[in-house]
Amino acid sequence: MAEILAVEVDSLVKAYGRTRAVDGLSFGAPAGSVTALLGPNGAGKTTTVEICEGFRRADGGTVRVLGADPADQRLRPRVGVMLQSGGMYPGARAAEMLRLVAAHHANPLDPAALLDRVGLTGTAARTPFRRLSGGQKQLLSLAMAVVGRPELVFLDEPTAGLDVRARHETWDLVEELRAAGVTVLLTTHAMDEAERLADQVVIVNRGRVVAAGSPAELTRGGADGELRFRAPIGLDLDQLLAALPTGSRAEERAGGHYVIRGTVDPQFLAAVTAWCAGNGVLPNDLRVEQRSLEDVFVDLTGSELAS
Amino acid sequence: MTVAEPAAHPAPLDFRPAPGAARRGRMLSAQAGMELRLNLRHGESVLLTLIIPIGLLAFFSAVDVLPSGGRRAVDFLVPGVLALAVMSAAFTGQAIATGFERRYGVLKRLGATPLPRWVLLTGKTLAVLAIEAVQAALLVLVGLALGWHPHLPGVTAGVGWLALLLVLGTTAFSGLGLLMAGTLRAEATLAAANGVYLLLLLVGGVVFPLAELPGWLRVVAQGLPSAALSDSVRAVLADASAPSLGAVVVLLCWAVASVSVAARTFRWE
Repeated sequence: MAEILAVEVDSLVKAYGRTRAVDGLSFGAPAGSVTALLGPNGAGKTTTVEICEGFRRADGGTVRVLGADPADQRLRPRVGVMLQSGGMYPGARAAEMLRLVAAHHANPLDPAALLDRVGLTGTAARTPFRRLSGGQKQLLSLAMAVVGRPELVFLDEPTAGLDVRARHETWDLVEELRAAGVTVLLTTHAMDEAERLADQVVIVNRGRVVAAGSPAELTRGGADGELRFRAPIGLDLDQLLAALPTGSRAEERAGGHYVIRGTVDPQFLAAVTAWCAGNGVLPNDLRVEQRSLEDVFVDLTGSELAS
Repeated sequence: MTVAEPAAHPAPLDFRPAPGAARRGRMLSAQAGMELRLNLRHGESVLLTLIIPIGLLAFFSAVDVLPSGGRRAVDFLVPGVLALAVMSAAFTGQAIATGFERRYGVLKRLGATPLPRWVLLTGKTLAVLAIEAVQAALLVLVGLALGWHPHLPGVTAGVGWLALLLVLGTTAFSGLGLLMAGTLRAEATLAAANGVYLLLLLVGGVVFPLAELPGWLRVVAQGLPSAALSDSVRAVLADASAPSLGAVVVLLCWAVASVSVAARTFRWE
């Protein structure tokens, strides 16, 4: 592969006691793009990111960040970090805290302009950290991650607990970072966030990668599409499948909800509706479904994504 | 002269990567300034580092309940309370603040910036020294107002000894404070640091002369850094003499031991 990987994780293992939080996890985050580690709470996302950030040591496997060992202190100016929580002097004002981190860097962004950009203006900038709302703490933490103009930014659950507006602010900022050539590795358990932001999604469950690819690749799920409709219960699906190309699948879910999977093209749609017409069945709510990342996740792990 | 109009939109921020660490001096002054501001902003730390030592000095100078070894109470108390000021700023204040910083992930987060650890610790030490300077100035003024007469062994020797004792004492007590903050939970640090403060106050030669303690306790107290510091400061300021070699050695040993153990055991998370 010709693309440069900003983060390379290979067969990573990390155990806490007898539990393997990360169990042979591998992925790469291409430079200049946004990679999302997507998975439920407890999947091992934060542990993985904190090993990449140099906070924890791996028990096995290798991790390279911008070509270096994550423990290498020379990485610090090049990497921006947003912790899942905390990380601020409880008594420090938001503006003070951002100015402090800016003072550690050679070419920082203007802290006041950045605070403005993330919407921490007026009294919020002068409020001690411990009295900021959860969302304001997240936005300050995000600002602290980018103020030093890093090449690579780790964002651990950047929008957890944010209201809709702050969430979109954060998304806009991540897109701006990518446009400026910054590599972003973020964790999330929100499907829409991964679908909207990520060039590459790495689906993690129980410490392992269960799938990886662009949102389009993952949701295309091979060439398969899905057709859904409602109809009286108890249709003869074997007869329907006989009218469809081989490899198609059909299932009836509770209450006369039918899901037909196959290469959904106009002929496929016509074949299904023709069969229905031939059997005197009127399909209701007929929809051609694109699989969402949620569907992909459920298919791969057999469990729901906790939100 | 033109007046800049406020921009309708915030200036575009240039996110293009331009990584680099700031100069060490810039980091150090930012870090020390932050630590100092936070310290002075916290009511409980101002109480601990400024109000309690001044209160003790004023109270026990006015109320003649303490045995002061034949000296006037204020002449005995000023050196002891100056030593107490060092302990409260370098040990108790530092331990409690650092314990909570560790608990709130501040140290972890700062560890992810280009800030080297030695700059972080030096920044803390500079902030402590600045607080000690404020404490000392206030205590000297209050002492003088209460009729204190310093008896220095000459100005140069006196100031030299005091500076050495300040550095040794601050190092020893900072080391102990960071040792505690770096290994115990924040709440345990809070309780232990206050308990130790009280202990240092009672058996540290601060308000009671060691001679008044029972024999076994005196032996223990003489090995502690608090008595070594307060007796040394008292030798310089009240007796116009050099501190005893034994006391200086005790202080030096504590300084070396506490800092090296703290550096080895300190956990940033």
